[in-house]
Amino acid sequence: MKKILIVDDEPNIVMSLEYTFKKNNFEVFIARDGQEALDILKNQLPDIVILDVMMPMVDGFATLEQIKKDERLQHCKVIFLSAKNKEKDIEKGLSLGADLYVVKPFSLKKLVDQVQNLIQ
Amino acid sequence: MSSAGLLLILALYVSILFYIAHWAEKKRHSKWTNNPYIYSLSLAVYCTAWTYYGSIGVAADSGLSYLTIYLGPIIIIPTWMIILKRIIRISRVNKISSIADFISLRYGNSRFLGALVTLICVFGILPYISLQLKSISDTFYIVTKTQYSSNIFSDTTTYVCIALALFASYYGTKYVDASEKRRGIVTAVAMESVLKLVFFLIIGIYVTYFVFDGFDDIYTKAAVLQDFDKKNSIGDLTNGINWFFLCVLSTFAIFLLPRQFHTAIVENNKETHIRTAIWLFPLYLLLFNIFVFPIAWGGNILFQGQGLNSDTYSLLIPQHFNNNFLTVIVFLGGFSAAISMIIVSSIALATMLSNNLLIPYGFIGALENKSQEKNSKRIVNSRKIGIFSLIILAYAIYRIFILDYSLVSIGLVSFVLIAQLAPAFFGALFWKRGSKKGAVTGIILGFLISLYTLLVPYAIGLTKSTSTFMQNGPWGIELLKPFQLFGLDYLEPIPHAFFWSLFVNTISFLAISVSFKGNYRERNYAEMFVDIDKYITNHENAFVWKGTAFVSDIQKVLQRFLGEERTKRALNIFNSKYNIDKNITTADARFIKFAENLLTGHIGTASAKILISSVAKEDKISLPEVLRILEESKENIIINKKLTDTSNELKKISEQLREANEKLVDKDIQKDEFLDTVTHELRTPITAIRAATEILHDDEDDIPKEVRKQFLKSIISEADRLNRLIDKILDLEKFETGKQKIYLSKNDISKTIANTLDSVRQLIINKNITVEFDGTEIKAFYDEERIIQVIHNLLSNAIKFCPKTDGKISISVAEKTEVVEVSIHNNGAGIKAEDFEPIFDKFYQSRGQNVKKPIGSGLGLAICKQIIEHHKGKIWVESSPQKGATFNFTLPNYNTTEKQ
Repeated sequence: MKKILIVDDEPNIVMSLEYTFKKNNFEVFIARDGQEALDILKNQLPDIVILDVMMPMVDGFATLEQIKKDERLQHCKVIFLSAKNKEKDIEKGLSLGADLYVVKPFSLKKLVDQVQNLIQ
Repeated sequence: MSSAGLLLILALYVSILFYIAHWAEKKRHSKWTNNPYIYSLSLAVYCTAWTYYGSIGVAADSGLSYLTIYLGPIIIIPTWMIILKRIIRISRVNKISSIADFISLRYGNSRFLGALVTLICVFGILPYISLQLKSISDTFYIVTKTQYSSNIFSDTTTYVCIALALFASYYGTKYVDASEKRRGIVTAVAMESVLKLVFFLIIGIYVTYFVFDGFDDIYTKAAVLQDFDKKNSIGDLTNGINWFFLCVLSTFAIFLLPRQFHTAIVENNKETHIRTAIWLFPLYLLLFNIFVFPIAWGGNILFQGQGLNSDTYSLLIPQHFNNNFLTVIVFLGGFSAAISMIIVSSIALATMLSNNLLIPYGFIGALENKSQEKNSKRIVNSRKIGIFSLIILAYAIYRIFILDYSLVSIGLVSFVLIAQLAPAFFGALFWKRGSKKGAVTGIILGFLISLYTLLVPYAIGLTKSTSTFMQNGPWGIELLKPFQLFGLDYLEPIPHAFFWSLFVNTISFLAISVSFKGNYRERNYAEMFVDIDKYITNHENAFVWKGTAFVSDIQKVLQRFLGEERTKRALNIFNSKYNIDKNITTADARFIKFAENLLTGHIGTASAKILISSVAKEDKISLPEVLRILEESKENIIINKKLTDTSNELKKISEQLREANEKLVDKDIQKDEFLDTVTHELRTPITAIRAATEILHDDEDDIPKEVRKQFLKSIISEADRLNRLIDKILDLEKFETGKQKIYLSKNDISKTIANTLDSVRQLIINKNITVEFDGTEIKAFYDEERIIQVIHNLLSNAIKFCPKTDGKISISVAEKTEVVEVSIHNNGAGIKAEDFEPIFDKFYQSRGQNVKKPIGSGLGLAICKQIIEHHKGKIWVESSPQKGATFNFTLPNYNTTEKQ
């Protein structure tokens, strides 16, 4: 079973994501901001992390930087999921080392496909 | 009093003068030496020994006519505000240092005219200086009761002369540039003016109130004397006309006497000093005349029939009563009057002699030397020798000629000679057509006539009208009688000579000027003199000159007189004034004029022109061309001024535009950020709705009922959120564009707070927060619906920021003089001081730190601020770490604001 960590502060969005990935046989972990995500990552090594960019306290970009520093997480794929859809935001996200940048609103079906492709 | 004693006092007195001059020269920039009072008092150099002693003589012998000498100046002085200011401006910009410079420059920089004026002045003033020496000598013998000695070594005047010559030549030539200010001399002269007035007033009071019993007493006693009535009225029309001419004569003198020109114009260092002079100087003259009459008639009463010289009454009276102290004081006053005249006149004359006669006629060759020090030394030495020899020459005249004439007669002869400069001088100020030929002819003819009608009769000692020459005229031609020229028999000799000489002078000046036009240079200076106010700031522009000259050649000439350092400095000033590139090698008209000006102070206008022409090849210009160029330059000056004004205006406007643009750019950035944030905020609920809907759509059948319900609920709440957000944005937009109306009414703020608290009661209970609120009734003016919105927002924030346990919110309301203040405090984490202001900006947290998410919509506090400001209130936050945060706002107090 593949592990996925969902990091977002919007409970309703998280709810949909959690339902969808569970249904697609993922073990789902949930964090409401960057700090919580980093705490979870201390104990868990998920295959993929879905990161919102705008969150209180520690934001998505900062969280990714931390993940990239951690050797244990080198295999871990990261997808940004954000309402910030400007060219420069996308470029920044990818240059930080994310595997994918998905803009909100998004199609769940497509997202699941993209995730499956990434971890094949 | 013994001669030795008096000489000792004199020596002491003169050394004090030296000291004052020395001190003032050291403090030449201090307030003590540069003020309008020193300037005004120095003008009183007009009052010479002739005033001091001679007035009394005239008053005693012929009554009121002594007044004319003072009435003229007093009448004309108010016009100084215009005329003197104009003369001062012309002299300042052209570096003029004497009346000879002034006249010769106006009439085309004429070397001949400058020399002519110099000669007239020397001729007129030298006997006048002798007169002062005579007064010193006469009074000295009276005070010491000794006799005039024919041996020059036992004549005290000899030593006084030498001392004065040393003093004047030392302090009068401190600067090579003759247009420089001589603070030492001026201050010493002002000091002497005070002394002579005070001493004269002392003797006046003594005679009037101690010797006699006041004015009335003198008048009653004098009234019985012979001729009293006749001497003390103006008399018939003939006398009136005589009076009139004497007044006009003294009016001219106050402008034209070299010593007056020197103190009033050359030594003036601020135009505004004239304002003080126009009241202080006439006042001085009036004060001087108060006691002339009592002393004169007191003397007549005391010394009736003794045949004493009435000029010396002021000395004889205290001496008669054996008052040695007063006698010496009066003597010192007269001495002051005499020496200040001698000093100033000799300096003025020596400057003219060197700059307008010696240097331009010959001496200029001796200044070819390359070394500036040597040239300067030569110039200064020539002036020193000039001053020295003038005083010594005056001494010689005093020894040889005029021991017999009364003080007044010589003084007036001198006035008449100097008055010959009047047509050319005043013409220079007001009439552009005046020409050099006219001026020269007028001055020469006027001088010859005054020679014939005054000097000849005086010189041959025939003043008593006894010879056939006087009685029948030369060769028996009655019309040529010197005192009744052309049958004009009702004027006294002085007014008669004045009338005829000036009449002929003026007529020939006018006629010749009109008939023979002057050259272009004259016309050019005419323009610059008459229209000085127009050219005052950039007079170099008004100078017309065409030809070829090189800056380096002119520079070399300048260096010979100014030295390298000063030449360089002057050039820098010139270049920056007219914005000229310093690498330009050819000189233009402005530079030629500028260079001439620099030299003028050192060597006079005529020589300056000669020197500059020697290195500049000038092309001839026709008169019409000069007029055209002048017209153009006049227009240019106007256009220039307009251009400067316009460019200043443009600068201002472009500055305003830049600011406006900056604001716009700033607004644009803000708007971009705002839009960015708004779209993000709108996308978030849409994303949630989209995701939930997708699940419900795709998994329609196998979705548990519970879960389906949850998704539907989330769709509803996100839709609500979306709606709220849109409402808030529209709200804010309405406030910001001023479309939002506020409906003020009288309300109880505590009640409003209590109602709002009720609406959030459930949230408070959920988080287990304690609320402190004491609701006393306080009335205020506000739109209740809007203020509920504010309080609701602040309460929601407070609840949100309260710690999870032991949360506490306290609300207080305070009535102040003009406002009602509401404070809502929570014991949460607090707010950083740097956020106190921007926290009220919309989406504040999104600004600057782009990625952090705002808590709440990010619009709440911005809307609160708009609402409160629309109520003319204030909203702000206070916070300190660990003590939570307090949001405060104010509303107008119902009791103190207008109760409509």
